[in-house]
Amino acid sequence: MSPLLFCILGAVLIASAFGVVLSTSPIRSALSLIVTLFFIAVEFLFLDAQLVAALQIVVYAGAIMVLFLFVIMLLNLQDDPQALAKLPLRAAGGCLGGLFLLAALHFFVKPGVGAGTGINTAVPDTFGSTETLGEMLFTHYLFAFEITSVLLLVAIIGAVVLAKKNLT
Amino acid sequence: MLIDLLIAAIKALIVIGMVLPLAGILGWVERKGSALIQDRIGANRASIFGFAGAGLVNTLMADPLKFLTKEDVIPAGVDRLLHTLAPCIGLFPAIVAFAAVPFGDVLEVGGRVINLQAIGLNVGILYVLAMMSLGVYGVVLAGWASNNRFSLLGGIRGSAQMISYELGMGLAIVATVMTYGTLDLQAMVRAQGHLIGGWIPAWGIVYQPVAFLLFLIAGIAESKRVPFDLPEGESELVAGFFTEYSGIKYLMFFMTDFVDVAVVAALVTTLYFGGWQIPYLMRDGVHFPWGTVVALPQIVVVLLQLAAFMIKVLFFCWLQVLIRWSLPRYRYDQVMRLGWRGLLPVALLNVMATAVLVLALQG
Amino acid sequence: MTEQYLPVLVTFAFSAAVVGLMVSLGRLLGPRHDSTEKGEAFECGNPASGSAWGRFSVKFYLTAILFIVFDVEVVFMYPWAVLFRRLGWFGFGEMTVFVAMLGVALLYVWRKGALEWD
Repeated sequence: MSPLLFCILGAVLIASAFGVVLSTSPIRSALSLIVTLFFIAVEFLFLDAQLVAALQIVVYAGAIMVLFLFVIMLLNLQDDPQALAKLPLRAAGGCLGGLFLLAALHFFVKPGVGAGTGINTAVPDTFGSTETLGEMLFTHYLFAFEITSVLLLVAIIGAVVLAKKNLT
Repeated sequence: MLIDLLIAAIKALIVIGMVLPLAGILGWVERKGSALIQDRIGANRASIFGFAGAGLVNTLMADPLKFLTKEDVIPAGVDRLLHTLAPCIGLFPAIVAFAAVPFGDVLEVGGRVINLQAIGLNVGILYVLAMMSLGVYGVVLAGWASNNRFSLLGGIRGSAQMISYELGMGLAIVATVMTYGTLDLQAMVRAQGHLIGGWIPAWGIVYQPVAFLLFLIAGIAESKRVPFDLPEGESELVAGFFTEYSGIKYLMFFMTDFVDVAVVAALVTTLYFGGWQIPYLMRDGVHFPWGTVVALPQIVVVLLQLAAFMIKVLFFCWLQVLIRWSLPRYRYDQVMRLGWRGLLPVALLNVMATAVLVLALQG
Repeated sequence: MTEQYLPVLVTFAFSAAVVGLMVSLGRLLGPRHDSTEKGEAFECGNPASGSAWGRFSVKFYLTAILFIVFDVEVVFMYPWAVLFRRLGWFGFGEMTVFVAMLGVALLYVWRKGALEWD
């Protein structure tokens, strides 16, 4: 029952992802993207990653998409009624991109790694819980964690510099 | 499996049955309470054959019927789907956020132990934050989908205000999570049943008074209530971001406002005032600190705890109504200054100070 | 796993039903008398002047970006808050470095005036 639900949700997710690309209005694309991100969070729940699911909604669907919407409204992006006419070209581009991704995966993901682990493999009860994630984050991945703070600092400085010219 | 579904459905219906009438009653409390505070009579015309039912006829029958039967005016040149979707996106997360708040301990029925909480996730408080983050989209879409520059201004200002105060709220919650060591709301309420030194109940307000103040202020700002209601701006921007809405959609925006009040009240009770806990009342009866034990049947304990929860939530709802009618409105730059230059640094310092204190006392 | 998520699904379904019911009842029960005057933007009686988009300040964009960065910071603090007793002083030191970096960022933004009059 769980794999079936997973696949149904996956289909809905892909449909809303198509909505992002095929929609004529940029606001509707952004809304479709929010729905897509929300369903990705639900898929994370199916994979027992509860903290990641909640954080996906808080950060991605709750913060980053707000920025997207602000930018769309700030720039007053208009609808693109020609979108469907350009569809064959865009579909060709999408297929090429997908083929390239498959080729890259084939080269970088060695077969046999992780063989024998399917969706139904039992994981410990504490698999995606906050405690487990926190333990890993603050012991093994400490360096990545501290570098993240530097990355965020750089992002803020960049944003202020870009916007400062227009502020004064 | 089917029994699980039934129990989940009943709990969900209980929560929705709690929050929607509460939103309606809050509308009445707002009108009559403001009338009391401002020394006037308030709304008193709606009645059936002279029976006004202490305001219930007005709020639960007259008002919704009035809004339902009004024309739904959609301005020309707007995206009709977005116009209809915006109030839904505003109201839906508020209702489901309330569902995560525990309204009782456990109910043992026929060998089953039912946790009295509609949504019991072990990342409970993060789920509530996630839902409140999603509520921002209702505001910004309402502003955009109105084809009216005042609505757009109100919508963008409103969403910028909401996201600024989400930071303060998040950090206040971090300090509270540090005190309890868990993200699960039911576990937090249970942890508040302990007694410090045998006498004082270990409620959140005792451990984290600063976080309580920060959370209350941030919560009021998040739900865009006075003194932070410039996005709605009753005397300045007409009705702000929901100027172009009429009929049931207008009511839905108002309901979102009141459900947000209820959510903030429920969270404040759960995190800082013991939720459904009554001091000294345990699952099997009252354990007074001087040793007397009064045994009570389980159903009485459950009902007492439910009543305690409702009373505390109603108290904080009333407190927010009182604040609304006592304080003047903040100017927008004052709002943003308070959020970024006031709440955020204080909340960060509170977290660090809590960490130092707890580690020093522990080590 | 399912016993945690089934209530979520049920609650979402009921809330969506309530919200959908409200909108559809409004659509059904209300009259419909469209007219050009009703369709115009509301400006307290003045005719609608120009398009809905004015020159919006870039401060909103800056607020959104700052919110994202500090939200990510708060998000990193949650696992630490759950575990900080177990991680002891070493974990506190790690988190202090993290918060100090972002405190520098906040100070920079403050001094640069990006937090002004929004």
